[in-house]
Amino acid sequence: MTQSAPTEAGQDELMEISMGPQHPSTHGVFRMDVRLDGERVLRLKPVFGYLHRNHEKIAEGASYLAAIPYTDRLDYLCSMTNNWGYALAVEKLAGLTVPERAEYIRVIVAELTRLQNHAGMAGFLLQDMGASGTPLMYAFREREKVLDLFESLSGARMMCNYMRFGGVRVDCSAEWLSQTAKLVGTFGGFLDEFEKLLTGNEILMARTQGVGVLPRELAINAGITGPGLRASGVNYDLRKVDRYGVYDRFAFRVPLGEHGDVFDRYMMRVLEMRESLKILEQALRDIPGGPIMDPKARLRGLRPKAGEAYARVESPKGELGFYLISDGSTNPYRYRVRPPSLINLTVLEDMCLGHNIADVVVILGSIDIVMGEVDR
Amino acid sequence: MLGVGIVKGLAETARNFFGSFVDKERLVTVQFPEERLPVSESARNFPFLIYDGDDKEQGLRCVACQICEKECPPRCITIEKSKDKKPDFVGKQQFYPAVFDIDVSVCMSCQICVEVCPFDAIRMDNAFELSTTDRFAALLWSKDKLSLPNEHYLAIHPTEAAEVEARRAEEKAQAEAKKQPPVAK
Repeated sequence: MTQSAPTEAGQDELMEISMGPQHPSTHGVFRMDVRLDGERVLRLKPVFGYLHRNHEKIAEGASYLAAIPYTDRLDYLCSMTNNWGYALAVEKLAGLTVPERAEYIRVIVAELTRLQNHAGMAGFLLQDMGASGTPLMYAFREREKVLDLFESLSGARMMCNYMRFGGVRVDCSAEWLSQTAKLVGTFGGFLDEFEKLLTGNEILMARTQGVGVLPRELAINAGITGPGLRASGVNYDLRKVDRYGVYDRFAFRVPLGEHGDVFDRYMMRVLEMRESLKILEQALRDIPGGPIMDPKARLRGLRPKAGEAYARVESPKGELGFYLISDGSTNPYRYRVRPPSLINLTVLEDMCLGHNIADVVVILGSIDIVMGEVDR
Repeated sequence: MLGVGIVKGLAETARNFFGSFVDKERLVTVQFPEERLPVSESARNFPFLIYDGDDKEQGLRCVACQICEKECPPRCITIEKSKDKKPDFVGKQQFYPAVFDIDVSVCMSCQICVEVCPFDAIRMDNAFELSTTDRFAALLWSKDKLSLPNEHYLAIHPTEAAEVEARRAEEKAQAEAKKQPPVAK
């Protein structure tokens, strides 16, 4: 769909393109109004809201328990971390504590989520760049193994609905832990293979280095979080800053980028997967026995006393926050999600200006958005 | 040198391609529907109602307490309580659902109905080839379609079902003991 802009003289040379919402590279129903001079981007307006499902209002009308399956559907690739963020907020509100074993299980499933999300993201990014098929299929082969673990633990591959206030729903068996340890042992081999395939590739470097640079100051001012922020060289990881759960017990490093371009953002994902493997190894080694639920926790009819709570977790995409206000009844008075994807998307125009239209696809892919979370 | 990275990458692809002929790990494609993977024991799809014995009506465990109806996040369950009562597995008179409908086009397979059920009456099935050409009537499952024998539960979730069986046997034994006052001391 093209049309000329009639107003100013000389402007009729410009072309306006509506990319999306059914464009295969937009990762869901997302539209970009792009004004082009030849192939160069002069203006880019993101348009979203096509996938709005009234998530926050539904959760305000539902009981605290009934909102958990809805949080699965925010960022539908990372249901475990979404569950965790929401469970943390309700635990703060209701004053519940989580037993040791449940904390370790939470760390294990959250880091597995990070592995599969980043593997998928790297695969999709390469697919967007035109490396059609191979990297995506390799990444999905590994991702599938993580999803199989989720299925045998929680019953569902993606919509896990696994965490509960004060713990987790079912205990993991020794067999599941050994299967996870086996996966952790082989995942490093996959990363080596993936990096051999791609990281030194001249086409990848030409397409990504110096493309979509996000300056450090802009990243901070715009509230960018997650790998996108760390690629710009800002050392901010909630697992280190907040040390929620039992993250203070694990030795791991936060990878930082220098240039803030697409290549750095891609490398952040690969390096974070390697760090996640370290956390997983330690968690699988140290996991204690014991209960998985706070004995005070009740499944139904939770009525936290009036008050408010904000809890945040480092989801694979950035800071995922849940803000709850309780008026003492069985459902929250106000429920608000701080979605990392939406806020990371706000700098899309700044990153794309001056680049070619083909780079817009790559830059969007490097932000790693999921529309379920952007539109909610 | 330009092109080294590309050659290295192609070598990796070749290794995977030829490796798939000898290494089962590299050959991940499953030729569904001719080939099938085993379904995980905890896999869930849509709920079903359990009945004991052979009679769907008499053996139905559900007592129409309507907890699942209230807790269901997308509100896909409709229950109408019966007027009369029937005895349950310990012989206590209980209501039963005159109507029990699940709209599976709305159900999001979250398992919350299973978790909140105090009577072990509703469980998740793992059947997944359920597509139909009728958008409405065929996706509104009534009590008759939802009721499945306890043997089915024992077959698809053996570990979990064994725990439930043990607990119910204990409850039954306790109820029997209460019914018959101890013989003279």
